[in-house]
Amino acid sequence: MPDQAELLPGTLDLLILKAVSLGPLHGYGVLLRIGQISGQALLIEQGALYPALFRLVRRGLLKASWGTSENNRRAKFYELTSAGRKRLREEVEGWNRLAEAIASALAAQPEES
Amino acid sequence: MKLIAYLRSLAAKVFHRARIEEEVEEELRAHLQHRADDLERSGLNRPEAERRAGIEFGGRERYREESYEALGGNLIETLVQDVRYSLRLLRKSPGFTMAAVSTLALAIGANAVVFSVMNALILHPLDVPQAESLYQLMRGKDADGFHSFPDYLDLRDRNRGFDELMACDGAVAGLDTGGNPSSAWVVLVSGNYFDGLRLQPYLGRLFHASDERGANSAPYIVLSHAYWHGHFHDDPGVVGRVVQVNKHPFTIVGVAPPEFHGTLVFFFPDFFVPIANQEQIEGKNDLSNREKRWVFSVIGHLKAGTSPARAISDLNSIGADLEKRYPKEDNDMTFTLARPSLYGDYLDRPVRAFLTALTLLAGLILLAACTNLGSLFAARAADRSRELSLRLALGSSRRRILRQLFTEATLISLLGGALGLSCSVLLVRALSQWQPFTKYPIHLQVKPDASVYGLALLLALVSGFIFGAVPVAQILRTNPHEVIKAGSTGKVARRITLRDLLLAAQIAICAVLITSSLVAVRGLVRSLHTDFGFQPQNAILADTDLMMGGYRGEQVPAMQRRMLDAVKAIPGVESAGLVNPAPLYAGSVNSVVFLDKTADLTTANAAARAFLYKMSPEYFHAAGTALLSGRSFTWHDDQDAPRVAVVNAEFARRLFGSVTAAVGKHYKLKDGTRIEVVGVVELGKYHSLTEDPKPAMFLPLSQSPSSETWMVVRSSQAYTNPHPDDNTQQLAVAIRNTLRDLDSGLPVYIQTWVKELDHPQFAPRMATYSLGILGLIATILCMTGIFGTAAYSVSKRLKELGIRIALGAQRKEVLEAALGRALKLLAFGSAAGLLLGILASRVLAFIVYQATPRDPLVLAGVVLAMALLGLLATWIPAQRALSVAPLMLLREE
Repeated sequence: MPDQAELLPGTLDLLILKAVSLGPLHGYGVLLRIGQISGQALLIEQGALYPALFRLVRRGLLKASWGTSENNRRAKFYELTSAGRKRLREEVEGWNRLAEAIASALAAQPEES
Repeated sequence: MKLIAYLRSLAAKVFHRARIEEEVEEELRAHLQHRADDLERSGLNRPEAERRAGIEFGGRERYREESYEALGGNLIETLVQDVRYSLRLLRKSPGFTMAAVSTLALAIGANAVVFSVMNALILHPLDVPQAESLYQLMRGKDADGFHSFPDYLDLRDRNRGFDELMACDGAVAGLDTGGNPSSAWVVLVSGNYFDGLRLQPYLGRLFHASDERGANSAPYIVLSHAYWHGHFHDDPGVVGRVVQVNKHPFTIVGVAPPEFHGTLVFFFPDFFVPIANQEQIEGKNDLSNREKRWVFSVIGHLKAGTSPARAISDLNSIGADLEKRYPKEDNDMTFTLARPSLYGDYLDRPVRAFLTALTLLAGLILLAACTNLGSLFAARAADRSRELSLRLALGSSRRRILRQLFTEATLISLLGGALGLSCSVLLVRALSQWQPFTKYPIHLQVKPDASVYGLALLLALVSGFIFGAVPVAQILRTNPHEVIKAGSTGKVARRITLRDLLLAAQIAICAVLITSSLVAVRGLVRSLHTDFGFQPQNAILADTDLMMGGYRGEQVPAMQRRMLDAVKAIPGVESAGLVNPAPLYAGSVNSVVFLDKTADLTTANAAARAFLYKMSPEYFHAAGTALLSGRSFTWHDDQDAPRVAVVNAEFARRLFGSVTAAVGKHYKLKDGTRIEVVGVVELGKYHSLTEDPKPAMFLPLSQSPSSETWMVVRSSQAYTNPHPDDNTQQLAVAIRNTLRDLDSGLPVYIQTWVKELDHPQFAPRMATYSLGILGLIATILCMTGIFGTAAYSVSKRLKELGIRIALGAQRKEVLEAALGRALKLLAFGSAAGLLLGILASRVLAFIVYQATPRDPLVLAGVVLAMALLGLLATWIPAQRALSVAPLMLLREE
C-alpha cells in the first residue's frame, strides 16, 4: 500500500477519540472506522491500537465495557466520556490551528525585492 | 524494609497482574477473531485467515506488554519507585530516621503492651463456656466474697436465678505420688462445680454432685492440664491411680480441659478435690459451721432470661430469711453480683483503675511521640523545601510529591510499628512467664493475639499519616519561584507555640520520672541494708506443714523437735529455730492485747494491736535478733509451765513504758489468758518495709502449737567461704536430705532468707522498675523532641547563621542563636520537673523505703541526667550549625 501515510506522533489518540465519538466501538471496529473515515489513507499497525486505547481509558477519556459484537463474539466496547468529548473538541481545534499555520507557512511565496 | 516493598510489589504483580493480563489477552484474541472473520469472508479458508490476522497484528508480545503497562502496571512501578526513593532518602539522614523510628517504636510498643495486658485481664473473658453469664456472689456492704458453707448450701438450694451455684476454696496440700512429696495448690470445689461450669474432661472423668455423700466421702482428684503435663508427663495412665494427699489416699479420676485453670485469671492451681473432703486437705471441718466464712467464692451461671437484678432480689429475700432464722450467725445478708475472673470488685476495681491509668499514660506517650514526629517532619520539610520546589518547577505534580512524602511517612510508621511491636511481644512473653511469688502459682497469662497486632498496625499507620500530614500545608503553599529566589529563610517564629509547651511538659514529666526513679532506686538499695530486726544474710528458711505429713496432736511438737535436732547436727549449721509465720511474710497475724488490769476484754479497751509469732527457744539466736532484756524461752516453757512471752521494744514501750520495766509484767490476750513477759527483743519489720514501729509478741510453740513452721537455719561457714552462695546452696541440699531422711513423705519449701525477702520488696521493686522504664521512655521522647526542635530551628536559620559566621560571630554566639530556644525549654522543663519530682517523692514514701528527694546524690543525678540528655539531643544540630560554611551558603542563594 504505497500511498498510505505514516501517522504523526500523538495523532493516534486523536483519531481514536474521533472514531469512537461517532458511536461505541470495539477495538477492531475502531480500526475499521479509522480506515473508513480516513479513506484508507493512514497506516496503523493493528497491535499499536491497544496500548493507546488502554491509555485513554486510564486517563478517563474513554470508558470500556464488555458486550457482544455483530459477529456474535465477546468484545470490549469503548465510548467517550464527557472528559473525552471535551478533550476531542480541544484537540480538534488545536490540530486545525496547527494545520492552518503550517499550510499558510508552506504557501508563502518568495517576496520580490 | 526492602523486603516489605518487594513483597508488596510481588503480591500486587501476582494478583493484580493476573487479572489484567487475562483481560488484555481476551481482548486481543477478540481482535484477531474479528479480523479473521473478515478475511474469511473475503475468500480465505479459516486457518489461513487466522494466520494472516496474526501477521497483520504485528508484535503481539510487545503490544501485550505495552497494553499491560498502559492499563495499570504503572501504579506499582510508581509505588516501587517511591519506596526506593524514600528508602534512599531515609538512609541519607540516619539521625532523622533513627529519631523518628525510635519515637514511634516506643509509642507503639508501650500501647501494644498495655493493650495486651488489658486484653488478657479485662477484655478477654474466662475460658469457660458462656463466660458472659457467670457471676460471683458478693455479700454485704463490703462486697465480701467469702461465705459460710451452710449459707452456701441454703443459697444453692433455694435460689431461683441461677442454673446452679458452685463453691470453691483454695488451699495448699502435700501431694505424694510415690517418691517425691511436694506441696501443691489445691482448689476445693463443690461436687457440682464442673457440671455447673459446663466443662468436659480432657481425660477420664470430672466429679459430680452425686460423688459427695458427707464429710471426707469423695477422695477424688481432677488434675489441671498443666500439672498433668508437667508432673505426669502427659501419661494417660494416671487415671485411676491412687496418690497420697496429706497422707490420705485420693484417686485421680481425670484431667481438666487444657484452657481451664479455675475461675481466677491469674491463679493456676495444680488440682481440684471435692470440698466435702475439707478436713483432709485443710485439717479442719467447717462444713456445718455457719459462723465461719471460709468458702472463698460462690459462683454460678444466671438462668437464661433472668436479669442480674432479679437474681439479686431473689438472693436478698433468702438472705433476709437466713438472718431471721440464724440471728447469731448471719447478718448483713444482702448480695451483689460481680465477675469472678478478678474476684469481683476486690481486685477488679484496682486492676481496672491501674490499667486505665496505664492506658492514659500510653495515650500520652503516643501524643508526645506524634508531636515530636510532627516537629521532626516539619524540620525535614523545611530542609527539603528547595528540593521540592525544584521538583515542582520541573513539572512534577504536587500530588506525586505528596504521595512520595506519605510513602516516606508510611515507611517510618511500618518500621517503627514493627520494631515497637516486636519489642512488646518480647516483653509480654517475659511477663507471661514471670512468676513474682515463687511460692504461689500466680502469673499473668498474656498472649498477644490478632487484635493486638491489628491495633499496633492501625496506631502506626494513623500516627504515620498524622505526622506525615504536618508538612503538607507547607508544600501546598510552596511557590517554587519564591523559594528558589529567596531560599528557605522564612520567618523565625518568636512566639511560644503549642509545640513548645508540649515539649516543655514532656521535659518536665521526664525530669519527674527520672527524679522518682532515682529516689526509688536509692530507697531500694537502702532497704536492702535496713534493720529488719533479724539478719537475713547466711540464713536459710525451710517451710513445712506437718499436717501435710499426716501428723496430728502430740505428734506435731515431737516431730518439730526431731527436725530441729537433725538439722542442728548438719556440719556448718550454727543454730536453727522455728517460727510461724516468718516475719515480713504475707501470713502475719495481728491480734489485740490488753493490760493486765483490764477486765472488759472488748476491742475498744485494747492496749495495742500486736503481731503474733510462735517460735521455738532458739529462734532469736538463729534469726540474729538481739535480746535487749530478760531471757528467751527454754523447752521448759511448756503446757505445764506458766504462759510466757517475749515482746519487742515497741510493745514494751506502749504497754509498760520502757524496755526494762516490761520484764516480769503480765498482759492479757483476747481470750483472757494471762501472759508474763520474760524478755524484750529489738524492734523489727513485720508487715512491710515502710511501716512505722509496730508492737510484736513472740509466744513459745510449746504453749501455742502450730503445724506449719518456718525453720530458720543459720550457717556458720559462710564467713570463711569465698563463695557464700555455693555454700548456702549446699546447705539447702543438706537440709532437704536431712528432713527427707526423717520423713520422706513431708513436702518442704526451702529458700534463702535473702531471696524470701523478695516478697516484701515486691512493691518497691515494681515501683522502681516501672518508674525506671517510664523514665527511660520519657528520656527517649524528650531527646527526640529536643532534637526535632533544635534541628528545625537550625535548618530554618541556616542563612542567618551563615551571615553571622561571615560577620565573625564566635562559636558560642552561633550556638546560642541556633539552640537557645531548645535549651531554654530544657532548662525550664527540668527545673519544673525536679520540683514536681520532689513533691511526688512524698507519695513514693508509701511504697519505697525512706524515699527522700533531699538526697544530694539524687539531685546531682537528675541534673546530670538532664544535662546529658540535652547534650545528646542537640549534638547533631549543633554540629550542623557550627559547620555552616558562609561562602557556600551565600553562593548557593
